Amino acid sequence: MISFEHITKWLQAWLNAHMSPILVLAVETVLIVILAIALFAVLGLVLVIMERRVAAFMQIRMGPNRVGPWGLLQSTADTVKLIMKESIVPTHADKFLFNLAPFIVMIAAMLILAPVNFAQRFHIWDLNIGILFITSISSISVIGILMGGWASSNKYSLLGAMRSGAQIVSYELSAGLSILTIIVLCGSLKVSDIIASQETGWWIFKGHIPAIVAFVIYLIAVTAETNRAPFDLAEAESELTAGFHSEYSGMRFALFFLAEYINIFIVCAVGATLFLGGWMPFHIGHLQGFNHVMDYIPSSIWFFGKTFFLIFVIMWFRWTFPRLRIDQLLNLEWKYLLPISMVNLLVMTVVAIYHLHF
Amino acid sequence: MYHINELLNSDNTLKPSFVAMKESDDYTINIGPQHPATHGVLHLVITLNGETIKKVDPDLGFIHRSIEKMCESLSYRQYIYVTSRMDYLSSHINNHACALLVEKALQVEVPERAQYIRVIMDELTRIASHLLWWGAMAMDMGAFTPYFYAFRERELLTEIMEDTCGARLTMNYMVPGGVMHDPHETFVHRVSKEFLPLLKSKLHEYEELVTGNIIFQNRVNGVGLLTYEDAISYGCSGPTARASGVHCDIRKLYPYDVYNKVQFEEVIETAGDSMARYMVRMNEIKQSISIIEQLINNIPEGDFQAKTKAVLKLPKGEFYQRVETARGELGVFVVSEGGTTPYRIKFRSPGFSNLSCLDHITKGSKIGDLVASMGTLDLVIPDIDR
Repeated sequence: MISFEHITKWLQAWLNAHMSPILVLAVETVLIVILAIALFAVLGLVLVIMERRVAAFMQIRMGPNRVGPWGLLQSTADTVKLIMKESIVPTHADKFLFNLAPFIVMIAAMLILAPVNFAQRFHIWDLNIGILFITSISSISVIGILMGGWASSNKYSLLGAMRSGAQIVSYELSAGLSILTIIVLCGSLKVSDIIASQETGWWIFKGHIPAIVAFVIYLIAVTAETNRAPFDLAEAESELTAGFHSEYSGMRFALFFLAEYINIFIVCAVGATLFLGGWMPFHIGHLQGFNHVMDYIPSSIWFFGKTFFLIFVIMWFRWTFPRLRIDQLLNLEWKYLLPISMVNLLVMTVVAIYHLHF
Repeated sequence: MYHINELLNSDNTLKPSFVAMKESDDYTINIGPQHPATHGVLHLVITLNGETIKKVDPDLGFIHRSIEKMCESLSYRQYIYVTSRMDYLSSHINNHACALLVEKALQVEVPERAQYIRVIMDELTRIASHLLWWGAMAMDMGAFTPYFYAFRERELLTEIMEDTCGARLTMNYMVPGGVMHDPHETFVHRVSKEFLPLLKSKLHEYEELVTGNIIFQNRVNGVGLLTYEDAISYGCSGPTARASGVHCDIRKLYPYDVYNKVQFEEVIETAGDSMARYMVRMNEIKQSISIIEQLINNIPEGDFQAKTKAVLKLPKGEFYQRVETARGELGVFVVSEGGTTPYRIKFRSPGFSNLSCLDHITKGSKIGDLVASMGTLDLVIPDIDR
């Protein structure tokens, strides 16, 4: 079976044979950075074209179908256009913060890629507090949004940033609590350990009702955290034109845009890792024969399949639901989701202590 | 119905209030003239306290084309065509009002065939307008998909119109004395066999996609409350007023053409909020379907246009004609000096009066509520500005 693991091992051996250990580290770092940036760009392009095709499918129309085969190069053409466009800085803007904001959002998005396991033993940095790292770094992106909204010196942007601040900070609580319910079950923050603990079945099947409740809350909370409809109040175009990125144009806008899609990918990857077993194939208990057949499908296909399924669900939300109002949005979090996820966490703790799960 | 004196002395009615346009420390935001929620070039200056709206100040004039002044230099046949550009979503009905006024002044007997065709066209226009409103309002609320669903049905209707009138938006089909020419030979078939069954089979999709959606219901229930008294005080008409319980359907009160021969209900809701306005329009679509079904297969044979003189001259005097457009009461007022052109013409457009209540119904609510209220008021900006 071809696996990414063989490639990385072969590369490591080859480099070690030809270079000193320090040089090996340097070369590997450069390679990983290039790969991460390439993945960043490719994911952005793929997700944009996917969103447009999904939207077209939902809205009984064709979608992009002119540039390249089946319109696949449309987002590439759009990116080229955005790079060529003039990036205007408003006269009254705080220029330093205005220019910094999209990079903070983008860097935060890129950093979270580090602990994600893309396939069996194929990851950048499998640190022992991987999930904690993801949740903490993802909080940084709100600073970029607030910064961009404030520095634009535009009232729409300021309102959008204000909404976004309230929204992301609140919804991180229930997202964090629903992540905790799974952490309680597997007892480790390390991403590879979490995946390994699902070898006999994914947590959404093994964890009884609390795991399903946590999964639903996680999906709602991350939709809000990534500023996606029906929670896209930060950029509600019928109210605030474009919200916090009203004043951004050219490549700075593209960075915000790309970061949004990378964030969707990451939250879906984390969701797939926690609830759907990451790269772990679909296993049923100790049915050796069935599990062995499932193992023949490469782990990277399992991981990307699950992640893109969740991305599709989130896109499905966007093209179906109307938008909430800001007070309804906060009510939903503080009056419903947060109490439910707290109780859910307690129930899950009982389940974990008495080993009631499968 | 209220008596006018009773209304003025009641505590519920509006009292004149005088407020400064803008105080120095107000946080104001310009919604428009180029803004996704205003569907045109409406400019609203809103004063905010955080997210809460303190005041909404509509600033008109961005699409003023002085249609009334233009009409003064056009003959009684020509001025009809300009009115298609007022409320472009009910252009048939605008034309109808002008044609009716000329017929009333000249006492022309309109052939029954023409009357049937006119009423069918009016109701088709009403359906098309309500469909577009439905999609656009859902888009204001942040749901994009309904827009395309509404346009799928509306497209067939526009094609039917194109067959008969040659135009898709500015129809210019009704003339003094009847209609310009007979409908296209496939008209009856396409309306009764293609369009109506299609629309009726798709109505449940609208209810599932938007009406029954819990987020949508939370966005519109109790939002933009317009009471019975306020609706009358602001001169609201059409679905906006009927949602507040005002009995104001011109088709029922002052029937014109064959409206007194068809059976239909005047849709009235009493809640007065955005949900009521929404429900009134959704139910009006069903009523329009029923009206068309009663007429479409019974169009009598005969002339489509009465014989009129080549040059129309209205007798000296003042003439007024009102019709029910998709947005409310459209009044046409003409002062004639006996010549070939009006001396003075005035359109009482429904959108202008309906917009005037916007400040009242959104005070103290959130920006999202403003968009929801504005969506359900169904504003067409060229109708407001003329």
